[in-house]
Amino acid sequence: MAELFDAAAEAIRQDELCAVVTVLSGDEIGRKLLVRRERKADGSASTLSVTGSLGDTTLERAAIARAEEAMEARRTTRTSLLAEGQEWDLLIDVHVPQERLVIVGAVHMAIPLVAFARELGLYTVVVDARPIFATQDRFDHADELIRSWPEDALREMNLNESTYVVTLTHDEKLDTPALVYALDHPVGYIGALGSKRTHAKRVEVLREAGVSEEQIARIHAPIGLDLGGRSPGEIALAIMAEIVQVRNLSGAES
Amino acid sequence: MKEILADIDNWQQAGKQVALATVVQVYGSAPRPLGAKLAVSEDGAMVGSVSGGCVESATVQEALEVLSTGRPRLVSYGIADETAWEVGLACGGTIEVFIEPLNW
Repeated sequence: MAELFDAAAEAIRQDELCAVVTVLSGDEIGRKLLVRRERKADGSASTLSVTGSLGDTTLERAAIARAEEAMEARRTTRTSLLAEGQEWDLLIDVHVPQERLVIVGAVHMAIPLVAFARELGLYTVVVDARPIFATQDRFDHADELIRSWPEDALREMNLNESTYVVTLTHDEKLDTPALVYALDHPVGYIGALGSKRTHAKRVEVLREAGVSEEQIARIHAPIGLDLGGRSPGEIALAIMAEIVQVRNLSGAES
Repeated sequence: MKEILADIDNWQQAGKQVALATVVQVYGSAPRPLGAKLAVSEDGAMVGSVSGGCVESATVQEALEVLSTGRPRLVSYGIADETAWEVGLACGGTIEVFIEPLNW
């Protein structure tokens, strides 16, 4: 009886991007579809999964296309559709996941980065195993401060497409395992701080760890848009700008 | 939606019928956006919101009727400026609410 609702509730609990389409008028009033987007674990591709029925396949096809658009725009939409010579009044109710920025490295630059991310409505998590960096004083403005090995902290998280991961420690022991773990999940953005030379060395290490070229290409490095800045605030701004760009243009990018 | 799931779950576990009200249209400025939800149990308990206040009690009444007929309905709360304060839509907006039994 409540199968569709249970599936929708589960998707929402998992904070997954999904849409529930409801017919608001006519004989089929109250009929529903649940549209989810299933990404492959490595983030490379996604397919739509649809459950429920609107009672008419032509209408369903059109409604699914609209739902996909609404999910892309991350916006609940009231819409009408013509199908089978009839006008259908629909609500496309989109669940938009909470966006989250995971900052590996409680370094100085992470302080303005947390501020920018919060201003844009992201939930911020700072992770560092080094107690002198990861102090409450420095990161009182972060939503979470986790003092542990980054890879261990990432394992406790649901790394979905609304999660963005940046590594800023400058320490391979902390950054690399976190990168390897994040690359194995469909996160929306991965960026690693470091010069071209540092990144070239990192790529070697990742290859040795068995990470594929395709996966390595997902890393944004050098991190951030080129704003020509050097100060921590300017670099943090460049990183945040790149995340916004990738998020807003993700359909085009992938 | 997320914030009302636990209550809905509790009601359903207790064998109670539940109705769901969703804001499906907003004209002008309104306190709650498209997609905002209020769930109502068969004994009239509610969780969530579709407006800033008094439209809730009218919605609960409608929801109880929806549960007794089993048929969803679309209800419009059109608010003229002067009555806006009384019904809780201080902005003078109009909202449309879809109310359905949670049996899907």
